[in-house]
Amino acid sequence: MIERALTGSKRYWEWIGILFVLSAVGMMTYLVQRFSGAESTGLSRDVSWGLFIGNYTFFVGVAASAVIVVLPYYVHDYKEFGRIAVFGEFLAVAAIAIAGLFIFVDIGQPLRSFNILLHPTPGSPLFWDTIILPVYMALNVLIAWGVLEAEEKSIPPCGWIKPLIYISIPWAIGIQTVSAFVYAGLTGREFWNTAILAPRFLVSAFASGPALLIVMCILIKRLTGFDPGKKALGQLAVIVAYSMILNLFFIVLEFFSSFYSGIPSHTQSLEYLFFGLDGHGMLVPWIWTSVTLAIAGTALLVVPRVRKNDAMLAAACILVFVSVWIDKGFCMVVAGFIPSPMATITEYVPSLFEVIITIGIWAMGFLMLSFLYKIAISVKEEAII
Amino acid sequence: MDINRREFLKIAGASTIVGILGGWTAVEVLAPGELESRQSPQALNAKRWAMVVDTKRMDEANARNCIEACHRIHNVPSIDDTKSEVKWVWLEPFEHAFPLSNNEYLAESIKERRFLVFCNHCDDPPCARVCPTKATWKREDGIVMMDQHRCIGCRYCMAACPYGSRSYNWKDPRPFIKKGNPDYPTRSNGVVEKCTFCAERLDQGLMPACVEASKGALIFGDLADSASEVREILRTHYTIRRKLSLGTDPSVFYMV
Repeated sequence: MIERALTGSKRYWEWIGILFVLSAVGMMTYLVQRFSGAESTGLSRDVSWGLFIGNYTFFVGVAASAVIVVLPYYVHDYKEFGRIAVFGEFLAVAAIAIAGLFIFVDIGQPLRSFNILLHPTPGSPLFWDTIILPVYMALNVLIAWGVLEAEEKSIPPCGWIKPLIYISIPWAIGIQTVSAFVYAGLTGREFWNTAILAPRFLVSAFASGPALLIVMCILIKRLTGFDPGKKALGQLAVIVAYSMILNLFFIVLEFFSSFYSGIPSHTQSLEYLFFGLDGHGMLVPWIWTSVTLAIAGTALLVVPRVRKNDAMLAAACILVFVSVWIDKGFCMVVAGFIPSPMATITEYVPSLFEVIITIGIWAMGFLMLSFLYKIAISVKEEAII
Repeated sequence: MDINRREFLKIAGASTIVGILGGWTAVEVLAPGELESRQSPQALNAKRWAMVVDTKRMDEANARNCIEACHRIHNVPSIDDTKSEVKWVWLEPFEHAFPLSNNEYLAESIKERRFLVFCNHCDDPPCARVCPTKATWKREDGIVMMDQHRCIGCRYCMAACPYGSRSYNWKDPRPFIKKGNPDYPTRSNGVVEKCTFCAERLDQGLMPACVEASKGALIFGDLADSASEVREILRTHYTIRRKLSLGTDPSVFYMV
């Protein structure tokens, strides 16, 4: 089946070429960072996690959102999602690869990563992350590959795939919950230390992941001979809209419990993020952009006419995706570090190094996704003929 | 070279025996806990090491000596940039050291004073709780220890420490070490470090470097021993600890 990724049109290879170059530039830049030290990042003693860890969190969410197509299709037999299930699963695979790469480039001694397995520490959420993320990736590879191979041969999928599908559903919720626990269990970081961090992560994942999947499906429809189906995308769009509404509602809840109680340690990070604190407000324009895009995207998605129009639907989904990325992939991590434990404010701006490495990792992820989607599409195109 | 079967077997047998003996010795000598437990007889021991800072006596000049002694002995690099600096012990005003107890009507003498801060060696250390490799952990004597050779540089402990006591090596620290101490390891780029209550000096029967340099402004002893000097001070003086409400139970006390 893998050979299907190796034949394609000129346009396919041009796209692969662009991604390859971006990945290579990212990798070279990473090597410079690796050997000169992380001083080339904008990180500091006070804000010790930034763009990389934010992206990791965001893409774990994208990966978890595969459950949005898997659950209705395989458990509730919602047939419309049959045409897109494999795309959701492959998206999860690529998203986990991206998340893992972001951790890899963030840590100072990546060659020692196996210490996590050599000295297992069940008390650390990062230990659990290291175990469950690769397993989730493997589950999705096996499920998608198995189903697709059966489709290629026009036979029913093997029996062992069913239990894997059932395991993958709670597993998806698990990976995003654990990545919330990485933050939510910390002492003295009140911005993260909230019980609704995991639910917030989950609803924003269920908005951003399917939004990306919709955009991908519309592209597939435009560029190839395979149509994922209007009804499926419309249904996904409804899920994105509701998830986004819940996401905004949860932020309102955070505001209420922080500002009504008025406890400074609970309000300060939110104040910094949304209004600026003691004259520092680097994230303010970003978070309001995110809020604006969230409201605009959600407002568009609740209109049935928008959901039926491919171009409008794609635009609305891009708004949602960008909005969640700004909020969860960037602001959420940084604001948790401000103010510092010493009640001082050190702001964070990602360096050019970080931005280039980030683009490189996105490109690597999309490279993987392009290969996987190419395989799936060519199988499905044949099935139509 | 010609060797017959008999000679070959002799050599092979002999080398096998030597190999097994050598391997066995290595296993015995290097077994976990064997080398480490060979403490010198004069080593100082405690159930829970603790520090009292007499903040009135800890004036700026005194504090500078303490910081200098610590940073020199432990090969702490002098990096001026506040973003990438590495520090084990340093001075902070009251509002930074005790932000949860900050009070705008604070006595002027307290407002003007600066407080020596370092790792609190918490009884329930959040940093050790989150470390995914056990590169930081609490020893039986209460010291929160750090193994810079196991640390993978994920910086989770820095996010977890509510006192900002941990520093990361954002670059190779070696060019920034002023006068190196060959008896203490230097660190590499990409690992976290912090105060260790001079665990290596306690093992040799010496007090922590800062305590030695402090002219009596730092008192170090066993918190679990009710007859210790530390406990005597705590019984007779009002002391405070940093962010006590977080439940980390710091082992560093401040006389104000």
